[in-house]
Amino acid sequence: MRIELGVALTHLTSRRRQSLVSLTGVVLGVAFFLAVSSLMRGSEKDFIARLIDNSPHITVSDEYRVPDVQPAELRWPGAALALSHVKPQNETRGIRGYRDKLAFVESLPGVRAAPVLLGSAVLTFAGRLQAVTLSGIVPAKMKGVSTIEQKMTAGSLDALAANPNGIIIGSTLAERFNLRLGSTLSVVAPSGASRAMKVVGIFHTGNASYDQEQTFTLLKRAQSLLDRPNRANRFVIQLSDPYAAREMARRIEGTIGYKSVSWVEASEDILSVLLVRNIIMYSVVSAILVVASFGIYNTISTIVLEKTRDIAILKSMGFHARDVRNIFLLEGLIVGLLGSALGVAVGVALMRALAEVTVKPPGVTEVVHLPIWWGGEQYLLASAFALGSCLAAAYLPARKAGRVHPVDILRGAT
Amino acid sequence: MSAVLVAEHLVRRLAGEVPVTLIDDVSLAIEHGEFVCVMGPSGSGKSSLLYLLGLLDAPSAGRVLLDGEDTSRYGEDELANRRLEKLGFVFQFHFLLAEFTVLDNVLLPMRRLGRRDEAAQQARGRELLERLGVGDQAGKRPSQLSGGQRQRVAIARALANDPLVVLADEPTGNLDSAAAANVREILRSLTHEFGKTVVAVTHDGAFAAAADRRIGLVDGRISDGWPPS
Repeated sequence: MRIELGVALTHLTSRRRQSLVSLTGVVLGVAFFLAVSSLMRGSEKDFIARLIDNSPHITVSDEYRVPDVQPAELRWPGAALALSHVKPQNETRGIRGYRDKLAFVESLPGVRAAPVLLGSAVLTFAGRLQAVTLSGIVPAKMKGVSTIEQKMTAGSLDALAANPNGIIIGSTLAERFNLRLGSTLSVVAPSGASRAMKVVGIFHTGNASYDQEQTFTLLKRAQSLLDRPNRANRFVIQLSDPYAAREMARRIEGTIGYKSVSWVEASEDILSVLLVRNIIMYSVVSAILVVASFGIYNTISTIVLEKTRDIAILKSMGFHARDVRNIFLLEGLIVGLLGSALGVAVGVALMRALAEVTVKPPGVTEVVHLPIWWGGEQYLLASAFALGSCLAAAYLPARKAGRVHPVDILRGAT
Repeated sequence: MSAVLVAEHLVRRLAGEVPVTLIDDVSLAIEHGEFVCVMGPSGSGKSSLLYLLGLLDAPSAGRVLLDGEDTSRYGEDELANRRLEKLGFVFQFHFLLAEFTVLDNVLLPMRRLGRRDEAAQQARGRELLERLGVGDQAGKRPSQLSGGQRQRVAIARALANDPLVVLADEPTGNLDSAAAANVREILRSLTHEFGKTVVAVTHDGAFAAAADRRIGLVDGRISDGWPPS
């Protein structure tokens, strides 16, 4: 292999300009591959991180994924049945025996859970009305599963814990109704029950709709207001390993029976969009490398064409067809290896430059840096693709070189 | 003396709409240490015969025995190995690799064979160049040498792996008379000094006169009537 390497290097160095153009193509291909990949994957990871941080990893609701089977269907499976005059059982909605089920969930490793009773209510203040989502929570538990505490601009969850008639509202609602800490408003339940409550906290998430329509009160207060004593209809769950959510949700649902939706399942549409985006991105950046490989094909084809006589001489000396093939494959490999190494260096420089770029997304007050992903696998992927392209580009001319019949060339030359 | 290279009823035909017979039932035996010239008019099949004897081309019929081995049963790789180990070629045009130095050109067959370490290869390469009078050109590129010098380097390369037979195709055809005489003497000396067998194809009467034996070839057949007296 040493001699083939020597011949390959000699060919490349004797055609410096052509080799340099081919090399530049690979370098730019790898560099742009890395720049685009790091930016796209960075934004994806940033998005998923926000998704994981800001929403429950698993939500257990008071629903069943598969409705209960009617006794008649159990008695006559597969039969055509028509049931009439069946009066559905009228029961208080919620997770039955939620305390036991919550205790089971909390006993699972790496799991933090909080019970929530979610319902609708209307807030009235100074003659103005606002339909809101009322979440009855246990502040101490909620702190462990939600970032709402960090989003508080006034008051705290502890203040809610200390005040049975306290309510936490969003900043948009506070501005709209001109409410501040200590303001008293009226909360009316769908049943007509009404209670005066005091604002003990104001949060700001940046999501205008959430900041206007979401409110928090104590679980017990929500239970009495919504007339659902001892009930919770949601478990909000956070995991130490967010990526284990799908498996953990399956386990929880398998045990307690209620529908458990992981953040992965809940965001499937978004994640599939990200997947499609990644496929498009990798197709585009790979196309750059494919185009670069045409440069290598051109260079090596030209060398094969120019060196046909030398190939004939090498074969007449006793070089095998595979020796000759190896020479030209090595040329592709050398360009690929050098191109990958230099491309990674240029790519990292580009990534560093991109990481310094700041943007101000519309509706956001803060200036943010472009999210760049520095993961190692993209370097491997870019280098492997570049090497593969270079070898594929070298293969056809190498095969042609290996098939040169020395007599045809020698006869033509003499 | 024993035959080192034997051709038995060699035939070489080129297929096509009008098949062409290049070599037609040629049989010959070349002894160890012999200097044989193959002569004939243009298009008589001299080079074709040399390519068959040199295992570069496969006969349509017949066989070539090299050092007692029937080469007709060998595949392409084995034929390449026999060329590497037992044969050396010198062509009308020197066919040195332009990007390599003179010494590297001579080292190529040795490096491919890989039987000597690098130091031994270098020593042998330099020794061959010295013996052929181009030792001082070792570091130069072929383009910096005269035609005669290039042909001497080509002979050194042919001798690199200590072959049994050196096959030369019009080795003086592209040289002036002084250089041609020099190359002729070198090839002749190969049989005496190096103990090689030399088979050369030539038009050159003076070159042929230096050979131990001359074989005439007309229309692909051995002819006793060539060259005409």
